[in-house]
Amino acid sequence: MRFMTDTWLVFSRAMRLSLRNPVWVILGLLQPILYLTLFGPLLEPVANAPGFPPGTAWQVFVPGLLVQLAVFGAAFAGFGLIAEWRAGVVERMRVTPASRGALLLGRVLRDVVVIVVQGAMLSLVAVVFFGLEAPMGSLIAGVAIVALLGGAFSALSYGTALKLKSEDSFAPVINGLLLPILLLSGILLPMALAPGWLQTVADVNPLTHVVDGVRALYIDDLASNEVVIGSAVTVGLLLVGVLYGSWVFRKESA
Amino acid sequence: MPETMIVSRGLRRVYKTNRQEVEAVRRVDFAVEQGEIVGFLGPNGAGKTTTLRMLTTLLEPSGGEAMVAGSDLRLDPLGVRRSIGYVAQGGSTDPEVRAGEEIVDHARMYGTELSVARGNGEALFRQLDLDGMWDRRCKTLSGGQRRRLDIAMGLVHQPQLIFLDEPSTGLDPQSRANLWEHIARLRTDLGTTVFLTTHYMDEADVLCDRILVIDDGLIVAQGTPDGLKRKVAGDSVVLSLEDQRSTVVVAELVSHLEGATEPVIDGTEVRFQVPEGASALPMLLRAMVERNVDATGVQVHRPTLDDVFLIMTGRSLRDGAESATDRAAA
Repeated sequence: MRFMTDTWLVFSRAMRLSLRNPVWVILGLLQPILYLTLFGPLLEPVANAPGFPPGTAWQVFVPGLLVQLAVFGAAFAGFGLIAEWRAGVVERMRVTPASRGALLLGRVLRDVVVIVVQGAMLSLVAVVFFGLEAPMGSLIAGVAIVALLGGAFSALSYGTALKLKSEDSFAPVINGLLLPILLLSGILLPMALAPGWLQTVADVNPLTHVVDGVRALYIDDLASNEVVIGSAVTVGLLLVGVLYGSWVFRKESA
Repeated sequence: MPETMIVSRGLRRVYKTNRQEVEAVRRVDFAVEQGEIVGFLGPNGAGKTTTLRMLTTLLEPSGGEAMVAGSDLRLDPLGVRRSIGYVAQGGSTDPEVRAGEEIVDHARMYGTELSVARGNGEALFRQLDLDGMWDRRCKTLSGGQRRRLDIAMGLVHQPQLIFLDEPSTGLDPQSRANLWEHIARLRTDLGTTVFLTTHYMDEADVLCDRILVIDDGLIVAQGTPDGLKRKVAGDSVVLSLEDQRSTVVVAELVSHLEGATEPVIDGTEVRFQVPEGASALPMLLRAMVERNVDATGVQVHRPTLDDVFLIMTGRSLRDGAESATDRAAA
Protein backbone atom coordinates (compact mmCIF):
# COMPACT_ATOMS: atom_id res chain seq x y z
CA MET A 1 0.00 0.00 0.00
CA ARG A 2 2.74 2.33 1.08
CA PHE A 3 4.69 1.31 -2.00
CA MET A 4 1.77 2.18 -4.28
CA THR A 5 1.27 5.60 -2.70
CA ASP A 6 4.98 6.40 -2.99
CA THR A 7 5.08 5.24 -6.61
CA TRP A 8 2.04 7.37 -7.40
CA LEU A 9 3.67 10.42 -5.77
CA VAL A 10 6.89 10.04 -7.73
CA PHE A 11 4.93 9.33 -10.91
CA SER A 12 2.65 12.35 -10.61
CA ARG A 13 5.57 14.64 -9.86
CA ALA A 14 7.39 13.42 -12.99
CA MET A 15 4.22 13.45 -15.10
CA ARG A 16 3.40 17.01 -14.05
CA LEU A 17 6.77 18.12 -15.41
CA SER A 18 6.27 16.23 -18.70
CA LEU A 19 2.80 17.69 -19.16
CA ARG A 20 4.17 21.17 -18.61
CA ASN A 21 6.47 20.59 -21.56
CA PRO A 22 4.50 18.41 -24.01
CA VAL A 23 6.76 19.65 -26.83
CA TRP A 24 9.17 16.82 -26.01
CA VAL A 25 6.54 14.17 -26.61
CA ILE A 26 5.95 15.60 -30.09
CA LEU A 27 9.67 16.00 -30.81
CA GLY A 28 10.22 12.36 -29.85
CA LEU A 29 7.68 11.42 -32.53
CA LEU A 30 9.41 13.45 -35.20
CA GLN A 31 12.15 10.90 -35.87
CA PRO A 32 9.90 7.85 -36.43
CA ILE A 33 7.56 9.89 -38.60
CA LEU A 34 10.50 11.03 -40.74
CA TYR A 35 11.51 7.38 -41.10
CA LEU A 36 7.96 6.51 -42.04
CA THR A 37 7.83 9.22 -44.69
CA LEU A 38 11.34 9.14 -46.11
CA PHE A 39 12.43 5.53 -45.65
CA GLY A 40 9.21 3.53 -45.63
CA PRO A 41 8.42 3.99 -49.35
CA LEU A 42 11.80 2.39 -50.22
CA LEU A 43 10.61 -0.82 -48.66
CA GLU A 44 7.45 -1.19 -50.72
CA PRO A 45 9.13 -2.59 -53.85
CA VAL A 46 11.44 -4.78 -51.72
CA ALA A 47 8.55 -6.38 -49.85
CA ASN A 48 8.01 -8.93 -52.59
CA ALA A 49 11.66 -9.92 -52.83
CA PRO A 50 12.57 -13.49 -51.86
CA GLY A 51 13.51 -13.79 -48.18
CA PHE A 52 11.37 -10.83 -47.09
CA PRO A 53 9.17 -11.93 -44.22
CA PRO A 54 5.42 -12.35 -44.67
CA GLY A 55 3.28 -9.22 -44.64
CA THR A 56 3.26 -5.87 -46.44
CA ALA A 57 6.16 -3.42 -46.24
CA TRP A 58 4.28 -1.43 -43.55
CA GLN A 59 3.45 -4.49 -41.48
CA VAL A 60 7.17 -5.22 -41.36
CA PHE A 61 8.42 -1.66 -40.97
CA VAL A 62 6.05 -0.11 -38.41
CA PRO A 63 6.82 -2.65 -35.65
CA GLY A 64 10.51 -1.81 -36.04
CA LEU A 65 9.79 1.89 -35.72
CA LEU A 66 7.68 1.31 -32.61
CA VAL A 67 10.51 -0.61 -30.96
CA GLN A 68 12.98 2.08 -31.94
CA LEU A 69 10.73 4.79 -30.56
CA ALA A 70 10.40 3.00 -27.22
CA VAL A 71 14.04 2.05 -26.86
CA PHE A 72 15.44 5.43 -27.83
CA GLY A 73 12.97 7.42 -25.80
CA ALA A 74 13.51 5.32 -22.69
CA ALA A 75 17.26 4.79 -22.91
CA PHE A 76 17.94 8.51 -22.64
CA ALA A 77 15.65 9.01 -19.65
CA GLY A 78 18.72 8.70 -17.44
CA PHE A 79 19.87 12.16 -18.50
CA GLY A 80 16.97 13.68 -16.61
CA LEU A 81 17.87 11.66 -13.53
CA ILE A 82 21.47 12.87 -13.59
CA ALA A 83 20.15 16.44 -13.63
CA GLU A 84 17.86 15.61 -10.70
CA TRP A 85 20.72 13.99 -8.83
CA ARG A 86 22.87 17.07 -9.37
CA ALA A 87 20.11 19.32 -8.04
CA GLY A 88 20.00 17.15 -4.89
CA VAL A 89 16.48 15.88 -5.58
CA VAL A 90 17.43 12.19 -5.55
CA GLU A 91 19.28 12.44 -2.26
CA ARG A 92 16.45 14.43 -0.72
CA MET A 93 14.00 11.68 -1.67
CA ARG A 94 16.31 8.96 -0.39
CA VAL A 95 16.25 10.48 3.11
CA THR A 96 12.47 10.13 3.25
CA PRO A 97 10.87 6.83 4.34
CA ALA A 98 9.58 6.38 0.76
CA SER A 99 10.36 3.01 -0.78
CA ARG A 100 13.51 3.03 -2.91
CA GLY A 101 11.75 0.90 -5.50
CA ALA A 102 9.01 3.55 -5.74
CA LEU A 103 11.58 6.25 -6.47
CA LEU A 104 12.53 4.24 -9.56
CA LEU A 105 9.15 2.85 -10.54
CA GLY A 106 7.33 6.18 -10.42
CA ARG A 107 9.77 7.59 -12.95
CA VAL A 108 9.63 4.45 -15.13
CA LEU A 109 5.85 4.64 -15.13
CA ARG A 110 5.94 8.19 -16.46
CA ASP A 111 8.17 7.05 -19.35
CA VAL A 112 5.80 4.16 -20.07
CA VAL A 113 2.84 6.54 -20.28
CA VAL A 114 4.74 8.83 -22.65
CA ILE A 115 5.63 5.85 -24.86
CA VAL A 116 2.02 4.67 -24.91
CA VAL A 117 0.92 8.09 -26.15
CA GLN A 118 3.68 8.27 -28.74
CA GLY A 119 3.16 4.66 -29.85
CA ALA A 120 -0.58 5.21 -30.29
CA MET A 121 0.04 8.36 -32.31
CA LEU A 122 2.61 6.62 -34.51
CA SER A 123 0.28 3.66 -35.12
CA LEU A 124 -2.53 6.04 -35.99
CA VAL A 125 -0.39 7.97 -38.48
CA ALA A 126 0.79 4.68 -40.04
CA VAL A 127 -2.77 3.43 -40.47
CA VAL A 128 -4.33 6.68 -41.68
CA PHE A 129 -1.60 8.08 -43.94
CA PHE A 130 0.49 5.08 -44.98
CA GLY A 131 -2.10 2.38 -45.33
CA LEU A 132 -0.84 0.05 -42.61
CA GLU A 133 -3.30 -2.83 -42.31
CA ALA A 134 -3.56 -4.57 -38.97
CA PRO A 135 -6.43 -5.58 -36.67
CA MET A 136 -7.27 -3.09 -33.91
CA GLY A 137 -6.42 -5.63 -31.22
CA SER A 138 -2.98 -6.20 -32.75
CA LEU A 139 -2.28 -2.48 -32.92
CA ILE A 140 -3.15 -2.10 -29.23
CA ALA A 141 -1.18 -5.18 -28.22
CA GLY A 142 1.78 -3.89 -30.22
CA VAL A 143 1.78 -0.58 -28.33
CA ALA A 144 1.45 -2.47 -25.04
CA ILE A 145 4.46 -4.72 -25.72
CA VAL A 146 6.53 -1.77 -26.84
CA ALA A 147 5.53 0.20 -23.74
CA LEU A 148 6.72 -2.62 -21.48
CA LEU A 149 9.95 -2.76 -23.47
CA GLY A 150 10.32 0.98 -22.93
CA GLY A 151 9.80 0.43 -19.21
CA ALA A 152 12.66 -2.07 -19.20
CA PHE A 153 15.01 0.31 -20.96
CA SER A 154 14.04 3.28 -18.84
CA ALA A 155 14.74 1.31 -15.64
CA LEU A 156 18.11 0.19 -17.02
CA SER A 157 18.81 3.76 -18.06
CA TYR A 158 18.01 5.18 -14.59
CA GLY A 159 20.16 2.53 -12.92
CA THR A 160 23.10 3.24 -15.22
CA ALA A 161 22.67 7.00 -14.84
CA LEU A 162 22.70 6.84 -11.06
CA LYS A 163 25.78 4.64 -11.16
CA LEU A 164 27.70 6.94 -13.52
CA LYS A 165 26.33 10.30 -12.29
CA SER A 166 27.84 12.16 -15.23
CA GLU A 167 26.38 13.02 -18.62
CA ASP A 168 29.84 12.78 -20.10
CA SER A 169 30.19 9.10 -19.36
CA PHE A 170 26.48 8.27 -19.62
CA ALA A 171 26.09 9.47 -23.23
CA PRO A 172 28.85 7.31 -24.77
CA VAL A 173 27.76 4.25 -22.78
CA ILE A 174 24.16 4.54 -23.94
CA ASN A 175 25.07 5.34 -27.55
CA GLY A 176 27.64 2.58 -27.65
CA LEU A 177 25.08 0.02 -26.48
CA LEU A 178 22.05 1.25 -28.42
CA LEU A 179 23.51 1.35 -31.90
CA PRO A 180 24.59 -2.32 -32.14
CA ILE A 181 21.46 -3.49 -30.29
CA LEU A 182 19.20 -1.64 -32.74
CA LEU A 183 21.20 -2.57 -35.86
CA LEU A 184 21.16 -6.22 -34.83
CA SER A 185 17.43 -6.36 -34.23
CA GLY A 186 16.31 -6.02 -37.85
CA ILE A 187 14.42 -2.82 -37.15
CA LEU A 188 14.97 -1.19 -40.52
CA LEU A 189 15.30 -4.29 -42.68
CA PRO A 190 14.34 -7.80 -41.61
CA MET A 191 17.19 -9.99 -40.46
CA ALA A 192 15.88 -12.69 -42.82
CA LEU A 193 17.80 -10.80 -45.55
CA ALA A 194 21.08 -11.05 -43.63
CA PRO A 195 23.91 -13.54 -44.22
CA GLY A 196 24.07 -16.51 -41.88
CA TRP A 197 26.62 -15.20 -39.38
CA LEU A 198 24.72 -11.93 -38.95
CA GLN A 199 21.49 -13.83 -38.34
CA THR A 200 23.18 -15.89 -35.64
CA VAL A 201 24.37 -12.75 -33.85
CA ALA A 202 20.93 -11.18 -34.19
CA ASP A 203 19.26 -14.24 -32.69
CA VAL A 204 21.12 -13.62 -29.44
CA ASN A 205 19.78 -10.07 -29.31
CA PRO A 206 16.55 -10.01 -27.27
CA LEU A 207 15.22 -7.05 -29.27
CA THR A 208 15.12 -9.17 -32.43
CA HIS A 209 12.51 -11.35 -30.79
CA VAL A 210 10.45 -8.38 -29.65
CA VAL A 211 10.41 -6.93 -33.18
CA ASP A 212 9.53 -10.34 -34.66
CA GLY A 213 6.76 -10.71 -32.10
CA VAL A 214 5.09 -7.41 -33.01
CA ARG A 215 5.44 -8.22 -36.72
CA ALA A 216 3.68 -11.53 -36.16
CA LEU A 217 0.95 -9.65 -34.28
CA TYR A 218 0.37 -7.34 -37.24
CA ILE A 219 -0.24 -10.21 -39.66
CA ASP A 220 -2.78 -11.47 -37.16
CA ASP A 221 -0.71 -14.47 -36.12
CA LEU A 222 -1.75 -14.08 -32.51
CA ALA A 223 -0.92 -17.54 -31.27
CA SER A 224 2.36 -17.85 -33.14
CA ASN A 225 5.63 -18.71 -31.43
CA GLU A 226 7.00 -15.28 -32.31
CA VAL A 227 4.31 -13.48 -30.33
CA VAL A 228 4.76 -15.72 -27.31
CA ILE A 229 8.55 -15.47 -27.39
CA GLY A 230 8.49 -11.72 -28.06
CA SER A 231 6.15 -11.08 -25.11
CA ALA A 232 8.15 -13.37 -22.82
CA VAL A 233 11.42 -11.66 -23.76
CA THR A 234 9.83 -8.25 -23.10
CA VAL A 235 8.59 -9.26 -19.67
CA GLY A 236 12.00 -10.79 -18.91
CA LEU A 237 13.78 -7.57 -19.90
CA LEU A 238 11.37 -5.53 -17.79
CA LEU A 239 12.10 -7.72 -14.79
CA VAL A 240 15.86 -7.45 -15.25
CA GLY A 241 15.62 -3.69 -15.73
CA VAL A 242 13.48 -3.04 -12.67
CA LEU A 243 15.56 -5.34 -10.46
CA TYR A 244 18.80 -3.70 -11.54
CA GLY A 245 17.37 -0.19 -11.26
CA SER A 246 15.94 -0.66 -7.78
CA TRP A 247 19.15 -2.33 -6.66
CA VAL A 248 21.08 0.78 -7.69
CA PHE A 249 18.53 3.08 -6.02
CA ARG A 250 18.81 1.09 -2.82
CA LYS A 251 22.58 0.73 -2.77
CA GLU A 252 24.01 3.75 -4.44
CA SER A 253 25.06 6.66 -2.30
CA ALA A 254 23.33 9.29 -4.36
CA MET B 1 10.45 11.73 22.34
CA PRO B 2 13.84 10.27 23.32
CA GLU B 3 15.88 12.41 25.70
CA THR B 4 19.07 11.75 23.81
CA MET B 5 18.62 12.44 20.12
CA ILE B 6 21.91 11.10 18.80
CA VAL B 7 24.30 8.62 20.32
CA SER B 8 27.21 7.70 18.09
CA ARG B 9 29.64 5.02 19.17
CA GLY B 10 32.73 4.38 17.14
CA LEU B 11 31.08 5.31 13.86
CA ARG B 12 33.56 5.01 11.02
CA ARG B 13 33.57 5.00 7.26
CA VAL B 14 36.18 3.69 4.88
CA TYR B 15 36.11 4.45 1.16
CA LYS B 16 37.73 1.93 -1.11
CA THR B 17 39.39 3.39 -4.14
CA ASN B 18 41.20 1.31 -6.74
CA ARG B 19 44.19 0.40 -4.65
CA GLN B 20 43.88 1.86 -1.22
CA GLU B 21 41.41 2.36 1.56
CA VAL B 22 40.74 5.89 2.66
CA GLU B 23 39.45 6.39 6.19
CA ALA B 24 37.13 9.38 5.80
CA VAL B 25 35.81 8.98 9.35
CA ARG B 26 38.04 7.11 11.79
CA ARG B 27 36.05 7.08 14.96
CA VAL B 28 33.24 9.38 16.01
CA ASP B 29 31.78 9.25 19.52
CA PHE B 30 29.33 11.80 20.80
CA ALA B 31 25.81 12.37 22.09
CA VAL B 32 23.27 15.09 21.35
CA GLU B 33 20.49 15.78 23.86
CA GLN B 34 16.93 16.66 22.95
CA GLY B 35 16.55 20.38 22.22
CA GLU B 36 20.23 21.09 21.74
CA ILE B 37 21.74 22.99 18.83
CA VAL B 38 25.03 21.29 18.15
CA GLY B 39 27.61 22.43 15.64
CA PHE B 40 29.92 20.06 13.85
CA LEU B 41 32.98 22.08 13.03
CA GLY B 42 35.95 21.25 10.89
CA PRO B 43 37.77 22.10 7.68
CA ASN B 44 36.67 20.71 4.33
CA GLY B 45 37.54 17.05 4.03
CA ALA B 46 37.61 16.48 7.80
CA GLY B 47 34.71 14.02 7.65
CA LYS B 48 31.77 16.28 8.51
CA THR B 49 29.56 15.45 5.55
CA THR B 50 30.47 11.75 5.63
CA THR B 51 29.42 11.56 9.28
CA LEU B 52 26.22 13.42 8.51
CA ARG B 53 25.39 11.12 5.61
CA MET B 54 25.90 8.10 7.83
CA LEU B 55 23.63 9.52 10.54
CA THR B 56 20.92 10.26 7.96
CA THR B 57 21.00 6.67 6.53
CA LEU B 58 22.41 7.80 3.17
CA LEU B 59 25.71 6.05 3.70
CA GLU B 60 26.28 2.73 5.39
CA PRO B 61 28.84 2.93 8.20
CA SER B 62 31.89 0.68 7.86
CA GLY B 63 31.88 0.22 11.62
CA GLY B 64 30.37 1.39 14.87
CA GLU B 65 26.77 2.01 15.78
CA ALA B 66 24.40 4.87 16.42
CA MET B 67 20.95 5.62 17.80
CA VAL B 68 19.30 8.48 15.95
CA ALA B 69 15.99 9.93 17.21
CA GLY B 70 15.40 6.74 19.18
CA SER B 71 15.98 4.27 16.34
CA ASP B 72 18.97 2.11 15.66
CA LEU B 73 20.75 3.35 12.57
CA ARG B 74 21.67 -0.13 11.34
CA LEU B 75 18.63 -2.13 12.41
CA ASP B 76 15.88 0.40 11.74
CA PRO B 77 16.96 2.96 9.13
CA LEU B 78 13.31 3.49 8.22
CA GLY B 79 12.56 4.54 11.79
CA VAL B 80 15.42 7.03 11.59
CA ARG B 81 14.16 8.43 8.28
CA ARG B 82 10.67 8.95 9.69
CA SER B 83 11.90 11.13 12.56
CA ILE B 84 14.60 13.26 10.98
CA GLY B 85 14.90 16.04 8.46
CA TYR B 86 17.99 16.57 6.36
CA VAL B 87 19.07 19.63 4.43
CA ALA B 88 21.95 18.74 2.14
CA GLN B 89 24.80 21.04 1.30
CA GLY B 90 24.10 21.28 -2.41
CA GLY B 91 20.36 22.03 -2.40
CA SER B 92 17.35 19.79 -2.87
CA THR B 93 14.94 21.32 -5.37
CA ASP B 94 14.38 20.85 -9.08
CA PRO B 95 14.87 24.14 -10.96
CA GLU B 96 11.82 23.50 -13.15
CA VAL B 97 9.39 22.59 -10.38
CA ARG B 98 7.30 25.16 -8.52
CA ALA B 99 8.38 25.77 -4.94
CA GLY B 100 4.99 24.95 -3.45
CA GLU B 101 4.68 21.68 -5.38
CA GLU B 102 8.15 20.66 -4.28
CA ILE B 103 7.41 21.15 -0.58
CA VAL B 104 3.98 19.50 -0.68
CA ASP B 105 5.32 16.46 -2.57
CA HIS B 106 8.17 16.16 -0.12
CA ALA B 107 5.85 16.19 2.87
CA ARG B 108 3.66 13.59 1.18
CA MET B 109 6.62 11.23 0.96
CA TYR B 110 6.49 11.12 4.76
CA GLY B 111 2.87 10.05 4.56
CA THR B 112 1.54 13.50 5.49
CA GLU B 113 -2.05 14.18 4.38
CA LEU B 114 -2.33 16.53 1.41
CA SER B 115 -4.17 19.26 3.33
CA VAL B 116 -1.75 19.06 6.25
CA ALA B 117 1.22 19.10 3.88
CA ARG B 118 -0.11 22.24 2.23
CA GLY B 119 -0.82 23.89 5.57
CA ASN B 120 2.63 23.10 6.97
CA GLY B 121 4.28 24.25 3.76
CA GLU B 122 2.41 27.54 3.70
CA ALA B 123 3.21 28.20 7.36
CA LEU B 124 6.91 27.54 6.76
CA PHE B 125 6.90 29.84 3.73
CA ARG B 126 5.58 32.61 5.98
CA GLN B 127 8.08 31.90 8.76
CA LEU B 128 11.05 31.72 6.40
CA ASP B 129 10.15 34.89 4.46
CA LEU B 130 9.13 33.04 1.33
CA ASP B 131 5.76 34.74 0.98
CA GLY B 132 4.59 34.88 -2.62
CA MET B 133 7.10 32.25 -3.75
CA TRP B 134 4.64 29.33 -3.71
CA ASP B 135 3.97 29.30 -7.47
CA ARG B 136 7.42 30.36 -8.56
CA ARG B 137 9.74 27.88 -10.25
CA CYS B 138 12.69 27.08 -8.03
CA LYS B 139 15.15 28.36 -10.62
CA THR B 140 13.66 31.84 -10.39
CA LEU B 141 14.36 32.14 -6.65
CA SER B 142 17.45 33.96 -5.37
CA GLY B 143 20.24 31.99 -3.68
CA GLY B 144 19.04 32.94 -0.23
CA GLN B 145 15.42 32.15 -1.03
CA ARG B 146 16.35 28.79 -2.46
CA ARG B 147 18.42 27.96 0.62
CA ARG B 148 15.49 28.88 2.87
CA LEU B 149 13.27 26.71 0.69
CA ASP B 150 15.68 23.80 1.26
CA ILE B 151 15.35 24.36 4.98
CA ALA B 152 11.57 24.61 4.78
CA MET B 153 11.55 21.29 2.91
CA GLY B 154 13.63 19.69 5.65
CA LEU B 155 11.13 20.89 8.24
CA VAL B 156 7.82 20.34 6.50
CA HIS B 157 7.12 16.97 8.14
CA GLN B 158 7.92 18.44 11.55
CA PRO B 159 10.90 16.24 12.43
CA GLN B 160 12.17 15.95 15.99
CA LEU B 161 15.72 16.28 14.75
CA ILE B 162 17.06 18.19 11.78
CA PHE B 163 20.46 17.87 10.15
CA LEU B 164 21.72 20.96 8.34
CA ASP B 165 24.81 20.55 6.18
CA GLU B 166 26.55 23.93 5.79
CA PRO B 167 23.25 25.82 5.97
CA SER B 168 24.62 29.29 5.28
CA THR B 169 27.30 28.60 2.68
CA GLY B 170 26.99 30.97 -0.24
CA LEU B 171 24.70 33.43 1.51
CA ASP B 172 25.35 37.12 1.94
CA PRO B 173 25.91 38.37 5.52
CA GLN B 174 22.36 39.64 5.91
CA SER B 175 20.80 36.38 4.76
CA ARG B 176 23.12 34.46 7.06
CA ALA B 177 22.12 36.47 10.11
CA ASN B 178 18.50 36.03 9.08
CA LEU B 179 18.98 32.27 8.75
CA TRP B 180 20.60 32.04 12.17
CA GLU B 181 17.54 33.68 13.66
CA HIS B 182 15.32 31.09 12.00
CA ILE B 183 17.46 28.20 13.19
CA ALA B 184 17.53 29.50 16.75
CA ARG B 185 13.74 29.85 16.60
CA LEU B 186 13.35 26.19 15.60
CA ARG B 187 14.32 25.21 19.07
CA THR B 188 12.41 27.85 20.98
CA ASP B 189 9.20 27.51 18.95
CA LEU B 190 9.15 23.83 18.02
CA GLY B 191 11.61 22.15 20.38
CA THR B 192 13.48 20.78 17.38
CA THR B 193 16.96 19.42 17.96
CA VAL B 194 19.43 20.85 15.45
CA PHE B 195 22.66 19.27 14.30
CA LEU B 196 24.55 21.40 11.82
CA THR B 197 27.92 21.34 10.14
CA THR B 198 29.81 24.49 9.39
CA HIS B 199 33.26 25.74 8.76
CA TYR B 200 32.35 29.24 9.85
CA MET B 201 33.59 29.97 13.36
CA ASP B 202 31.22 32.87 13.90
CA GLU B 203 28.26 30.70 12.93
CA ALA B 204 29.15 28.00 15.43
CA ASP B 205 29.83 30.64 18.05
CA VAL B 206 26.54 32.51 17.66
CA LEU B 207 24.25 29.59 17.05
CA CYS B 208 25.40 26.51 18.91
CA ASP B 209 24.97 25.36 22.48
CA ARG B 210 27.75 22.90 21.95
CA ILE B 211 30.43 22.29 19.38
CA LEU B 212 32.13 19.13 18.19
CA VAL B 213 35.44 19.76 16.45
CA ILE B 214 36.33 17.12 13.88
CA ASP B 215 39.66 16.89 12.15
CA ASP B 216 40.98 14.13 9.93
CA GLY B 217 38.08 11.82 10.81
CA LEU B 218 38.38 12.15 14.58
CA ILE B 219 36.60 14.34 17.11
CA VAL B 220 39.41 16.35 18.61
CA ALA B 221 37.42 18.54 21.01
CA GLN B 222 33.90 19.14 22.23
CA GLY B 223 32.21 21.58 24.56
CA THR B 224 30.31 24.84 24.67
CA PRO B 225 31.77 27.62 22.53
CA ASP B 226 32.83 29.51 25.68
CA GLY B 227 34.10 26.36 27.38
CA LEU B 228 36.20 25.42 24.39
CA LYS B 229 37.69 28.86 24.21
CA ARG B 230 38.39 28.90 27.93
CA LYS B 231 39.96 25.47 27.82
CA VAL B 232 42.39 26.36 25.12
CA ALA B 233 43.47 29.86 25.94
CA GLY B 234 42.41 32.47 28.45
CA ASP B 235 41.41 36.00 27.58
CA SER B 236 44.18 38.21 26.34
CA VAL B 237 44.53 41.42 28.41
CA VAL B 238 46.46 44.48 27.31
CA LEU B 239 46.96 47.31 29.84
CA SER B 240 48.28 50.67 28.63
CA LEU B 241 50.04 52.63 31.37
CA GLU B 242 51.44 56.15 31.81
CA ASP B 243 55.12 55.33 32.17
CA GLN B 244 57.81 52.65 32.48
CA ARG B 245 57.76 52.72 36.28
CA SER B 246 54.08 51.72 36.33
CA THR B 247 54.70 48.69 34.10
CA VAL B 248 57.03 47.15 36.69
CA VAL B 249 54.43 47.63 39.42
CA VAL B 250 51.64 46.19 37.32
CA ALA B 251 53.76 43.24 36.19
CA GLU B 252 54.37 42.41 39.82
CA LEU B 253 50.60 42.60 40.57
CA VAL B 254 49.80 40.38 37.61
CA SER B 255 52.20 37.68 38.75
CA HIS B 256 50.06 37.32 41.90
CA LEU B 257 46.87 36.96 39.83
CA GLU B 258 45.48 33.44 39.87
CA GLY B 259 45.91 31.56 36.62
CA ALA B 260 47.52 34.47 34.80
CA THR B 261 50.45 33.86 32.46
CA GLU B 262 53.85 35.54 32.84
CA PRO B 263 53.24 39.22 31.96
CA VAL B 264 55.07 40.65 28.97
CA ILE B 265 56.16 44.31 29.15
CA ASP B 266 56.17 46.07 25.82
CA GLY B 267 57.03 49.74 26.11
CA THR B 268 54.32 51.20 28.36
CA GLU B 269 52.04 48.22 27.80
CA VAL B 270 51.65 45.05 29.84
CA ARG B 271 50.22 41.94 28.16
CA PHE B 272 49.13 38.70 29.74
CA GLN B 273 46.58 35.93 29.51
CA VAL B 274 44.13 35.05 32.22
CA PRO B 275 41.36 32.38 32.26
CA GLU B 276 38.52 34.84 33.03
CA GLY B 277 39.52 38.32 31.96
CA ALA B 278 36.21 39.86 32.92
CA SER B 279 36.43 38.84 36.58
CA ALA B 280 40.21 39.24 36.98
CA LEU B 281 40.38 42.80 35.70
CA PRO B 282 38.35 44.60 38.42
CA MET B 283 40.56 43.04 41.10
CA LEU B 284 43.69 44.08 39.29
CA LEU B 285 42.46 47.63 38.74
CA ARG B 286 41.57 47.99 42.41
CA ALA B 287 45.05 46.83 43.42
CA MET B 288 46.53 49.32 40.96
CA VAL B 289 44.59 52.19 42.56
CA GLU B 290 45.96 51.20 45.98
CA ARG B 291 49.48 51.39 44.53
CA ASN B 292 48.73 54.74 42.86
CA VAL B 293 49.11 53.47 39.31
CA ASP B 294 46.67 54.57 36.61
CA ALA B 295 45.80 52.71 33.46
CA THR B 296 45.26 54.83 30.34
CA GLY B 297 43.63 51.99 28.46
CA VAL B 298 42.41 48.41 28.91
CA GLN B 299 41.74 45.83 26.21
CA VAL B 300 40.30 42.40 26.84
CA HIS B 301 40.42 40.23 23.79
CA ARG B 302 38.26 37.09 23.93
CA PRO B 303 39.84 34.16 22.13
CA THR B 304 37.97 33.21 18.98
CA LEU B 305 37.08 29.69 17.92
CA ASP B 306 39.70 30.19 15.24
CA ASP B 307 42.30 30.30 18.05
CA VAL B 308 40.77 27.13 19.45
CA PHE B 309 40.90 25.32 16.16
CA LEU B 310 44.45 26.45 15.55
CA ILE B 311 45.60 25.07 18.87
CA MET B 312 43.55 21.86 18.59
CA THR B 313 44.61 20.89 15.10
CA GLY B 314 47.76 22.88 14.46
CA ARG B 315 46.20 24.65 11.51
CA SER B 316 43.55 27.22 10.90
CA LEU B 317 40.21 26.38 9.32
CA ARG B 318 41.11 28.33 6.24
CA ASP B 319 44.31 26.32 5.68
CA GLY B 320 42.22 23.18 5.83
CA ALA B 321 39.87 24.49 3.19
CA GLU B 322 42.77 25.39 0.93
CA SER B 323 44.50 22.06 1.24
CA ALA B 324 41.25 20.25 0.48
CA THR B 325 40.86 22.33 -2.66
CA ASP B 326 44.44 21.58 -3.60
CA ARG B 327 43.79 17.90 -3.18
CA ALA B 328 40.71 18.11 -5.36
CA ALA B 329 42.65 19.98 -8.02
CA ALA B 330 45.58 17.53 -7.96
